[in-house]
Amino acid sequence: MANASLIPAGDFRTSYAADTTIFPTKTSRNTAILGVILIAFAPLVLTGYWLSVLIQIGIFGIAALGLNILVGFTGQISIGHAAFFLLGAYTSAYLNNNLPIPVFFTIPIAGVITALVGLVFGVPAARLKGLYLVIATLAAQYILIDFFSRAEWFSGGSVPASANPFSLFGYTLRGDKSYFYVVLAYLLVSYLLVTNLMRTRDGRALVAVRDHYLSAEIMGINLTKYRTLSFGLAAFFAGIAGALYAHYQLVVSNEGFGIERSILFLAMIIIGGIGSISGTLMGTAFVVLLPEAMEWISMELKGGTIDRALQLNNNLTFLREIAIGLIIIAFLVFEPDGLAHRWRQIKAYWKLYPFSH
Amino acid sequence: MEHALEVRNVSLRFGGVRALSEVSFAVNDGELFSIIGPNGAGKTSIVNCISGRYRPTEGQLFYHGRDITALKPNARAPLGIGRTFQNLALFHHMSVLDNIMVGRHHLLKNNFFTGALYWLGARREELEHRRKVEEIIDFLDLQSVRKATAGTLSYGLRKRVELARAMALEPKLILLDEPMAGMNFEEKEDMARYIVDLNEEFGMTVVMIEHDMGVVMDISNRVVVLDFGRKIAEGDPATVLADPHVKRAYLGEEDEVLVDPDDAPDHPSVAERVA
Repeated sequence: MANASLIPAGDFRTSYAADTTIFPTKTSRNTAILGVILIAFAPLVLTGYWLSVLIQIGIFGIAALGLNILVGFTGQISIGHAAFFLLGAYTSAYLNNNLPIPVFFTIPIAGVITALVGLVFGVPAARLKGLYLVIATLAAQYILIDFFSRAEWFSGGSVPASANPFSLFGYTLRGDKSYFYVVLAYLLVSYLLVTNLMRTRDGRALVAVRDHYLSAEIMGINLTKYRTLSFGLAAFFAGIAGALYAHYQLVVSNEGFGIERSILFLAMIIIGGIGSISGTLMGTAFVVLLPEAMEWISMELKGGTIDRALQLNNNLTFLREIAIGLIIIAFLVFEPDGLAHRWRQIKAYWKLYPFSH
Repeated sequence: MEHALEVRNVSLRFGGVRALSEVSFAVNDGELFSIIGPNGAGKTSIVNCISGRYRPTEGQLFYHGRDITALKPNARAPLGIGRTFQNLALFHHMSVLDNIMVGRHHLLKNNFFTGALYWLGARREELEHRRKVEEIIDFLDLQSVRKATAGTLSYGLRKRVELARAMALEPKLILLDEPMAGMNFEEKEDMARYIVDLNEEFGMTVVMIEHDMGVVMDISNRVVVLDFGRKIAEGDPATVLADPHVKRAYLGEEDEVLVDPDDAPDHPSVAERVA
């Protein structure tokens, strides 16, 4: 029974190893692997538009994962995440343009450099909490963005910086179809690493700092170290995601990475589920897909019966924005614990089906 | 003989409030030592000084001869000092198992890097420590709740999980702040048994704050009594209980002492305190 294929009606695991697996049953593990294999076929089936949506979900999903380590697991807050994303993008482009390093290596290097900068900006977090920390991270956002628009040697200043496509020793990958696999690989590795982190010593220490910092300290956990470390980890994944974005767009600019993008990252993890790894990806997908879905609906409505009857005309665009806001508010009211929680409840329902009461 | 713990002339002030005034006592290695006193006497303050939550305004603390007065709280766990809290301080959203595993923080070596590469070593280490944690779970009869979220447990169970977490860091000195507060008779009996076992079976030096005089008298080797931040008596339970200052301060027998103020020359009477 150590590796049951269906969820058993009790705990029948017979070894500690079987008790620490990522997936509770063989079936759930195989389903996940099958899911990844199916996703890997996406470039063969999907049109360019949908492929670009998937790539965006993947890239932002990695950045949001970093933010969830910081906000969800360590209980800190940051509204400067977009600046770290951008720092990773500029760094990778800069390294590749100015030094003979292939993009394959500049992406992880950009992650590490962003992490180091994140550690520096994380130092105030050792002392500040709540709203005060919000203001401190707001400073990080503005300082970095200001740096990008002034440091012409680094980011091109007011002119967007160009970035090369993904390359390794002279071999260059071109087009969305091949880049999709790069993003997929990074996404899988990131989520696996963080899942592992959260079931080992330092991951538990982060959650302990969130839940009760006083007793965490008594347990021998250095609060300053872990609070700063969580900023470093968050920045690392933001940097990786930013670098991936740079070599996808082939151009980097400050445009679209102001504070509203930082808040959008927060929205992703709140909708997905604070402190849930799988929820992070669900939330990212939701936030990326919602405007696309609303766009599609408004296109369908345009010129239709409802449009003509209510004489909506150009107001349709504004209504779309209002609807997006309303859906997010409704979501927070009715599903405050996020999509991950809903997913757990669906699983719990089917676990007892048809004998649930 | 070297003491497991020595509190030397410790004073603690918060602005104008004197929480502790020149408190001194020593705990022998392997002793079951109790701190008693009325509410606000400074019992928790002294435990907070020992565990590093507060730093004494004056005085020193020695742990096995080493001065720990200025040591950070998180640096004391590796030395072998563990504690529980009066008001529950569990990690509420973690499972009982993870709560206890956090106690092994200073004994585990994997970090954010090796931990993320789980299969290359961290896994084996985690499983080894899981075995140790299971021994503690077994000792405290927590098997049925090991996967439960700590925040959902009943009060008595949470107290027990907190004890398990403190035990997990393999302390030589364990500080228990009111381990039996709010428990019913059976739970108290169980807890008393666990504490005696910690002391006798696991060889831990126990420093306990407790209000239940019956338990204190039954299981303690020695007792120190605090009142208004001062030490008013120290010794074996029977002697301490017979001390007139203790009777007056703690057990409420004020009248006979108040009749003759000369009886307590080194301690301010109630009348003096009010003035």
